[in-house]
Amino acid sequence: MKFFVEKLMRVLMVLSLLLVFGFVISIIFTIFSKGWSAMSWDMITKLPGGGFYIGKEGGFLNAIVGSLYIVGASTLLGLFISIPVVFYLNIYLKKNSKLAYVTRLAYDVLFGIPSIVYGAFAFTIMIYLGIKASLLGGIIVITLLIIPIFVRSMDEVAKEFPREILDATYSLGATRLETIRVVVRQIAPGIATATLLSIGRAIGDAAAVMFTAGYTDSIPTSLSQPAATLPLAVFFQLSSPIAEVQDRAYAAALVLTVIVLILSLLGRYFTNRFSKNKLK
Amino acid sequence: MGTNFRIIRDKSAGGLMFILLILSIALLIAMGIGLYWKAAPVFEGRALKELLFSANWKPLKGEFGFLPFVMGTLWVTGIAVLLALPVSLLAATFLTEYAKPFVKKYVFPALDILAALPSVVYGVWGTLIIVPWISEKLAPLFVEHSTGYSALAGGIVLGVMILPLLVSLFIELFSAVPNDLREASLGLGATKWQTTQKVVLKKTIPGMIAAVVLAISRAFGETIAVLMVCGNLAQVPHSLFDPVYPIPALIANNYGEMLSLPLYEAALMFAALILFVVVLLFNVASRMVLYRIEKKAS
Repeated sequence: MKFFVEKLMRVLMVLSLLLVFGFVISIIFTIFSKGWSAMSWDMITKLPGGGFYIGKEGGFLNAIVGSLYIVGASTLLGLFISIPVVFYLNIYLKKNSKLAYVTRLAYDVLFGIPSIVYGAFAFTIMIYLGIKASLLGGIIVITLLIIPIFVRSMDEVAKEFPREILDATYSLGATRLETIRVVVRQIAPGIATATLLSIGRAIGDAAAVMFTAGYTDSIPTSLSQPAATLPLAVFFQLSSPIAEVQDRAYAAALVLTVIVLILSLLGRYFTNRFSKNKLK
Repeated sequence: MGTNFRIIRDKSAGGLMFILLILSIALLIAMGIGLYWKAAPVFEGRALKELLFSANWKPLKGEFGFLPFVMGTLWVTGIAVLLALPVSLLAATFLTEYAKPFVKKYVFPALDILAALPSVVYGVWGTLIIVPWISEKLAPLFVEHSTGYSALAGGIVLGVMILPLLVSLFIELFSAVPNDLREASLGLGATKWQTTQKVVLKKTIPGMIAAVVLAISRAFGETIAVLMVCGNLAQVPHSLFDPVYPIPALIANNYGEMLSLPLYEAALMFAALILFVVVLLFNVASRMVLYRIEKKAS
C-alpha cells in the first residue's frame, strides 16, 4: 500500500510541475501568436494618428516612451533612496536591533500593499497638493511602489555581507560611511538584480498609474503633462469593440512581455553569477 | 582632512539615512491615516456592519452596501488559493525532496517568468484562453449559460499568478528542515512520501499557514488581471460561473470619475481602506511567523 501511495504522489508531483510549465508556455505562446500577427514597424515607431481608436493608422509609441520615462525616472529615484536605507540597516544598525526588525517588517508590508491602494492614496495626495494626473504623478507613485522591492531584495544580499571585510576596513581607520564604497562594490550584483526586478514591476503596473499618470496620445514634454503607459495601452485598447484596435492591444502586450522576459532572464543570470562568487 | 571632520561626516550621513528610513516607515502610517481620513464621510450615519454586510449598492441614493464586492473578492481569492495550493505544494515538495538538481535549473526560470509577467498580460491571456474555455467547454456541463467572465475565470487567473510566490515560499520552508530528520525516518523504513508527509510537511505547518496567508493577501489586492476576466457585476454570486465584482476592480473602474459625488469618493476610499487593513494585518502576522522560522533555521 505504502508503495502505491509513493508512486501516486510521484505522478501527482510530476503532473503539477508539468502544469506550471504548461501555464508558462500557454501564456507566452498566446501572447506571441496573437501579438506577432498584429505587430508592425508602425506600431512601435508612430504615435496614434487621427482615428487611431476606430482602427485607422498609427502606433503606440506614446505608451512606450511614457513607460520608459516613468520607469527610468522612478528607478533612479528608487536607487537613490533605497541604497542609503539598506546601508543604514546593515552597517549602522546592530544585527539584533529592534529598529532593523521593525523596518524590515514595514518594508515587507509595504511590498504587500496592492498597487491599486498606492494609486488611490497617491491620487488623494495629488488632489490635496493640486497636482493633476501627470508624468510627475506617475513617477511619484511608481517610485513609492518600487522602493520596498529595492530595499528588500538588496537587503537579502547585504545581510550576507561578510563582517570580516567590515572589520578589515574599520581596522584601517575607515569610518562606517567610508566603508560604503567597499560594500556597494561587494553587493553590486545584488543591486543589479534588485534594479531589474524593480524595473519589471514598474513597467508592468497598471493599477497605480491609472489615476496618477493619466493617458494621452502625445509624448509628454514636461512633468506636468499626462503620460501614456504600456499596460494601460493594452487595457484600454482591449476594451474597444473594434477588432483592429484590439489587435493593437495584443501587439502592445507582446512588447511588454518581451521587455519583461528579457529583464527576468537577465536577473536570473546575475543571481547565478553572484552565487558562484559568493564569499563565505 | 582632519579625523574630526570625517567623524562628523559619518555621524551626519548616519542622521540623514536614519531620517530616510523613518520616513519610509511613516509612509505606511500615513497611508492608513490618509485613507481613513478620506473614507470618514461614509461612516457618518452608517454602521461598519451595515457597510460590510448590506447588499444594497445604490451610490446615487447614498446607499453603500459592500457585500457584493466583499463576496466577489472572497470568491475569487478562495478559488485561487484552493487551486494554487495543491499544485504549489506538490511542485515544491518534488523540487526539494525528489528532484535532481538539474530540474531546478529549468523550473526556476519558469517560475521567474510567472512571477514577472505583468498583470495586464495575465488579463489578456485570461480573456483569450480561460474565458472562452469556461463558456464553451466547462460551463455547458453545469449551467445553461455563462459568458465565461466569472468568479471561476478570475480565480484561475489569480491562482496562476500566486503560484510562483507559494512555490518559492514552500521551497524555502522545506529546505530549512534538517536532513538528519529525513534520514532518521528513512532509516526506520519509511518511504520517501511517508517521510515527506510525516516529517517535512508536519514540521513546517506553521510556516505553510503563514505562506498561504501571505498569498491570500497578495490575491486580495490584485486588480487589473481579475477585473479583465471576472465580469464586474455588482451582485452576490451563487455559482462559480456567475460574474463577480471584487473590491479592487470597483476602485479601478470608478475612481476619478465620481469625484463630483463626495460620498461616492469616500465609499471608494473605504474600499481601499478595507484592502489596506486586511493586507496589513495578514502581512504582519505571516511575516512575523516566517521571520521566527528563518531565525531558527540559521
